[in-house]
Amino acid sequence: MITLHGRTVVPGYAEGEALVSPEPVPGWGGIDPSTGVITESRHGLNGVAFTGKVLVFPSAKGSSGWSGFFQACRLLGTAPVALVIARISTKSALGAVVTRVPAVTDLDQDPCAVIRTCDWVRVDATHGLIEVKRPTEGS
Amino acid sequence: MILTDDEKRMRDGAEGAAVAAAMDLLIRYGDALACERLCDVRNVAGSMTQPSPVKERLVREGGWDKAFAVINLDCDDDIEVPAMRVPVCQLQHGFGPDAAGIVPYPARNIELQQDAESFYGRRGVNILATCTPYQVGNIPVRGEHLAWMESSAVIYANSVLGARTNCEGLASSGAAGLTGKIPCWGNHRDENRPGTHLIDVRTRVDSFLDWGLLGYFAGEVAGEEHPVVTGDLGQPDLTDLKHFGAAAATAVGVELYHLPGITPEAPTLAAAFGGARPPAPAVYGPAQRRAVYEALNSVGTRPDVDFVLLGCPHASVDQVRRAAAALDGRRLSPGTELWLMVPRPLKVVADRSGYTEVIERAGGRLLGDSCPAMSRAVPDGTRVFATDSAKQAHYLPAICGVEAWLGTLEDCVDAAVTGRWHGSLEHGELR
Repeated sequence: MITLHGRTVVPGYAEGEALVSPEPVPGWGGIDPSTGVITESRHGLNGVAFTGKVLVFPSAKGSSGWSGFFQACRLLGTAPVALVIARISTKSALGAVVTRVPAVTDLDQDPCAVIRTCDWVRVDATHGLIEVKRPTEGS
Repeated sequence: MILTDDEKRMRDGAEGAAVAAAMDLLIRYGDALACERLCDVRNVAGSMTQPSPVKERLVREGGWDKAFAVINLDCDDDIEVPAMRVPVCQLQHGFGPDAAGIVPYPARNIELQQDAESFYGRRGVNILATCTPYQVGNIPVRGEHLAWMESSAVIYANSVLGARTNCEGLASSGAAGLTGKIPCWGNHRDENRPGTHLIDVRTRVDSFLDWGLLGYFAGEVAGEEHPVVTGDLGQPDLTDLKHFGAAAATAVGVELYHLPGITPEAPTLAAAFGGARPPAPAVYGPAQRRAVYEALNSVGTRPDVDFVLLGCPHASVDQVRRAAAALDGRRLSPGTELWLMVPRPLKVVADRSGYTEVIERAGGRLLGDSCPAMSRAVPDGTRVFATDSAKQAHYLPAICGVEAWLGTLEDCVDAAVTGRWHGSLEHGELR
């Protein structure tokens, strides 16, 4: 079990499978809120859906419509269940608030290096605590 | 978060439920940023009027009050939207009535947007309807605190004008309009404004295309931080820096840059870094220039061009004049369309100057309010488009599923006339 400590962006608790983006995640013009899929042409996760996942990413990129598109994901039922944000910005902070999912930032380790896609992640955002379980470790 | 007495009154409902919801959103947002206080703003640029499937549903359920509550305040309560407390402008949105019959865009969206314009206009929202408010009368003063959306406008206001704004969103700008407040975080604070990355330009940058390519490179180097660019630069004008900033903001998320000797907070290289020692430079030479050009031209291979898009961010009058000069006496290929996006007030200038007539005689169109990326609309059957905008070349392939060519205005006009792409990086050196 790996543990990371950070600070609350949006309080709450959620757990789920990690989707780790090694590069900044787009919003407006780079995701499809009706499907929760990343659509940016040259993005490493092009075609991958974040719906129901714990989305782990370095930062939010691009348009100021980032938060609005993630809010639309909430309203259309395609949002992630939690956000783990390495570097906060106004786009990702407001995005987390209006997506209304638990979110954590300012972690003591780089979450994009420590957490891997398909890890099971418990996000206790109220206490800024993240617990990561590798699938090979069994239950 | 530390609130003033005035802010506590608003939070507690003394100004009504909508203002209380706005203050609640700003507090949640400020806490998410670990920000301690709010600052006063008297200049907000946001977006309320653009139709979307979600918004259409909300309007059907509870009118524009409901749509504003959910989208612009993140509030589920039934509230009435009062007059804005401070000046607010509407940025670019969907296509307007001038696009009817030209752009494949739903007529009901045009009607819905006109309904929104009258609702929000009555509440003090100026319907500028452009991504470049600084071209049509909203020109912030140095040091002025703003709450602006639109990444290309944010970077222009911070860098070229020396105003102070973060990249706000639909909800934060909506809340700012009703309260005149925004978290005093990031770009609002002196200590966060110096440069962080140095870029040494070793290939001449003195054309519209080259400023866009350099901007995209600066964005890739600096990420979300503050590039300082020096070296072999020509004197840029509004149009060049509009393109440079839009590209830098698109690549990842630059919101502030400095050009020593050109932009207001950087009279010198030392000032650009706030007195700190400049870091080792990233070199922008011929190889880096070519790499950016090729990356932005990597989506697609087909040389047959169905559609040419100019004016991203919305064109200046000078860009319209140049497009008219390039199209004068020519005729578009029968299979190709050309749209030039402008702020609607500048279309009036183009009409009076005779540019619109020249462009329309060639078969092109001047359109206000929107762009293909905002409205997800390109001419029917478009497979390949060409543009002179690094930002539109970045976005439109993902938004509309088309292939992209990026080149000069002249390359784009040539493609519109011949229906074929003959662009080349060497053309970019011509001013």
